[in-house]
Amino acid sequence: MTDAPMVGSMPTSAPSRGGATVFDVHDVSVHYGDFRAVRDVSMQVKQHQITAFIGPSGCGKSTMLRCFNRMNDLIDTARVEGDISYHGVDLYDPAVNPVEVRRRIGMVFQKPNPFPKSIYDNVAYGPKVAGAKGNLDDVVEQALQGAALWDEVKDRLKESGMSLSGGQQQRLCIARAIATDPEVLLMDEPCSALDPIATGRIEDLMVEIKERYTIIIVTHNMQQAARVSDRTAFFTTEVSEESDRRTGLLVEFSDTDKIFTNPADERTENYVTGRFG
Amino acid sequence: MALTTPAAQVGAIVPEQVRRQLTGRRSDTAGRIFQAVLIGAVAASVAVLGVLVYDMVQTGSGTLTGRLGDFLTGSLRSQPGESGLLQGLRGTFYIGVFTVVFAFPIGVGAAIYLEEYASKSRLSRFIDLNIRNLAGVPSVVYGILGLAIFVKALGSFTGPSSQGRSLISAGLTLAILVLPIVIITASEALRAVPGSLREAGYGVGATRWEVTRDHVLPYAAPGILTGTVLALARAMGEAAPLILVGAVTGFLSGGTELDPTTLGDRFTAMPIIITTWAGRPGPEWEQATAAAIVVLLVVVLLANAVAILLRNHYEKKRG
Amino acid sequence: MSDLTTPAAYTLEDFRGSRKRMRTEHLVRAVLFLAALLSIVISVLIVASLVGEAWTFVSQVEAASLWSDGWFPRRGIYDIKTLLTGTLIVTVIAMAVAMPLGLGAAIYLSEYAPAGVRKLLKPVLEILAGIPSVVLGFFALTFLSPVIVQRLSSEATQFNIAAAGIGVGILTIPLVASISEDAMRSVPAALREASYGLGARKITTTIRVVIPAAVSGLVAAFIVAVSRAIGETMVVFIAAGATGGSLFSTDPFKPGQTMTAAIASQAAGTDQVRGAGLTFQSLFFVALLLFAITLVLNVLAGRFVQRVRQAY
Ligand SMILES: Nc1ncnc2c1ncn2[C@@H]1O[C@H](COP(=O)(O)OP(=O)(O)OP(=O)(O)O)[C@@H](O)[C@H]1O
Ligand SMILES: [Mg+2]
Repeated sequence: MTDAPMVGSMPTSAPSRGGATVFDVHDVSVHYGDFRAVRDVSMQVKQHQITAFIGPSGCGKSTMLRCFNRMNDLIDTARVEGDISYHGVDLYDPAVNPVEVRRRIGMVFQKPNPFPKSIYDNVAYGPKVAGAKGNLDDVVEQALQGAALWDEVKDRLKESGMSLSGGQQQRLCIARAIATDPEVLLMDEPCSALDPIATGRIEDLMVEIKERYTIIIVTHNMQQAARVSDRTAFFTTEVSEESDRRTGLLVEFSDTDKIFTNPADERTENYVTGRFG
Repeated sequence: MALTTPAAQVGAIVPEQVRRQLTGRRSDTAGRIFQAVLIGAVAASVAVLGVLVYDMVQTGSGTLTGRLGDFLTGSLRSQPGESGLLQGLRGTFYIGVFTVVFAFPIGVGAAIYLEEYASKSRLSRFIDLNIRNLAGVPSVVYGILGLAIFVKALGSFTGPSSQGRSLISAGLTLAILVLPIVIITASEALRAVPGSLREAGYGVGATRWEVTRDHVLPYAAPGILTGTVLALARAMGEAAPLILVGAVTGFLSGGTELDPTTLGDRFTAMPIIITTWAGRPGPEWEQATAAAIVVLLVVVLLANAVAILLRNHYEKKRG
Repeated sequence: MSDLTTPAAYTLEDFRGSRKRMRTEHLVRAVLFLAALLSIVISVLIVASLVGEAWTFVSQVEAASLWSDGWFPRRGIYDIKTLLTGTLIVTVIAMAVAMPLGLGAAIYLSEYAPAGVRKLLKPVLEILAGIPSVVLGFFALTFLSPVIVQRLSSEATQFNIAAAGIGVGILTIPLVASISEDAMRSVPAALREASYGLGARKITTTIRVVIPAAVSGLVAAFIVAVSRAIGETMVVFIAAGATGGSLFSTDPFKPGQTMTAAIASQAAGTDQVRGAGLTFQSLFFVALLLFAITLVLNVLAGRFVQRVRQAY
């Protein structure tokens, strides 16, 4: 962990690489107490791609996303069934330490949530708790450059992260996430609290950094999904027979182009053309 | 109502009439009397505080202005004009120390466990309920606990020279008494920490303790501190448990040293001195008692005021 | 740093995490758990320390001495009804003082007070709550007794139950005010607006809408205040005057004894609990009774508070 992540120093001509499977999801259902929020999700997430989750509110996009870094462990009532493997390792094996998972699979939240600490400390925190010793200046600088924030904050690293604008705060959160040198970034509606300009910057950033990371993004903005993602998963809800409650399920998962131009499922078509939801 | 009158009729209504309808209320006598009664209730409550403080300062002023230094640094005597509070101040000081040393860390630790670690299991709900009920147990019952455990059962440890009737017994008893208060206020402070802050910490791969130590506790610190100061003030003002664990209500020789090796000896404390003096006849003892009360009030109310201001300050800052 | 072209071959070992960090985590968790568990230990100790001696008392005391005409433990006379009556009278007087004042203050603060006034008054009430009970005991004895009680009744002695009751009442005003105010403030604004929308006046809205909606919380405030009054020791100990013991009496203008003051006065003065026969054990018996009564009241109050939470 002492070697700094090489973000920002990527050759711009590197070809896009798909192929290797990062997550292999098989028949995953998630319950909150007695309530089944999503059922029977199976999918494969490929390396160095941006995968978008779209679908109506409450269909379990966030719930699914939080399965990938075991964030659901923090909710007392949440229970995950089925298999999720990460490069062949069962993420829910009892021997797996969720803390290690989260260091390798970073997360960016809907509302920017910097720590009420300095910009520097925000970024340095992850490496520090992971055991990084010595001077973290390089790590901090490269992470901030990787999040396209360095130029704006390099002269005020000691100022509070809360003093930044909303868009800057969200990029600070991205910097904080990539400072631990993760392989995957999970983003749950990262732009929903931002104005169009800040949103544009983050979208550009995502496309830029996908050479280094595998990204899964939840979004309600279909243009955003179409613009940035390689693959798109469409979720929806159905009302279960036994109870009145809605359960989410994965309807269709394929190349983004196909989802938006030639979806296989009628429900997908209705949703992307705005006839539903 | 006038404002929803159909448009067709609007022309018929003279502005003067509308104004009268909107402003010319029925004279609301009942309402005004009710409000006056309410204000009376508030005024009476506040007045009690005012009268009490004024009365104490008034009665105690002779002693306080005449021989303040003497009064604070002298020992208990048989004459009201010579008696001082030093032994009581020392006892109350050490009771405060015991509270901070025991109730604060244990109480905050318990609150952290209940709020940050425990799942909402049956055990943690039971512990929660138990703490709420402990907070309502009368202080004299805690005194009985102290008497049975620290004085009788553990007397040879808590006070070999005093048969257990020592400041150690008293301090531990009062630390137990305020423990539920510390836990409850600390829990409230922890619950006020936004979940997004915790998620941020977990999201970069911090452990539960790291998230708690680095993010949750700093955020909750002002609230926890406020609760602790309130608990401290409560402990320093309690008398009933001290009577049970054998605080000296009469004459006490010694008990003036700050040296902690004397903690096993017999002791007294401010509220005990006040209780004892209050029972003695004559205006001189009354003046001395009032003066002692002013000293205790300064300590206790100052602590309270600091705690309240601290809390209000941070509440405002966080919106 | 992981290779960019080929995915790292991960094994479970990579996800175990640092041994040292996990050890700290487990250790901290265990320590915090013990801290939380201590509260249960304390409860058990309270009950255990009460029950043993109380049982000795119950099994050895002569039944006749439990129903006589006074509470004089050092002489073997343990008339419980003397203490219960004294406690009841103090509590009734205390509630007669605290309920109207506390409730009135709560209604004013919650419904009428402008924000600025409220911000000023709340801390004042909180400071009132912070006054040690010995102070109120002395105040009851030297101020409330001569200035109020002895004017009400020329028969009143200097030490009397009434002054102690008023003192205890003053002590519980902030408690009543704060619980009731919380209850009324948690009544949704929409309910008030609906009432105003019908053209109701403020007094009507307060009395017909807000107070009924908050009634569970007001009941809780009352029960908690009763429990607190029953458990209050020092005001009665200082101002009600019956130190050695007390004859059965229902006269609030005469000295009297409550359960709490009876416990404290056995311990005071002699610097150690002693006396003939079962004096020591009788304390534990009274304390157990006191503990049981307040526990029942607190659990009951908790139920009512719960109801407020569920409603809104
Ligand atoms: N902590 C929780 N406890 C209980 N139920 C929950 C919890 N979190 C989410 N749910 C339920 O699970 C279902 C899926 O929620 P989720 O947040 O995953 O949906 P979403 O697709 O992300 O919706 P949105 O687009 O509004 O963010 C919803 O019905 C929600 O009410
Ligand atoms: Mg969501």
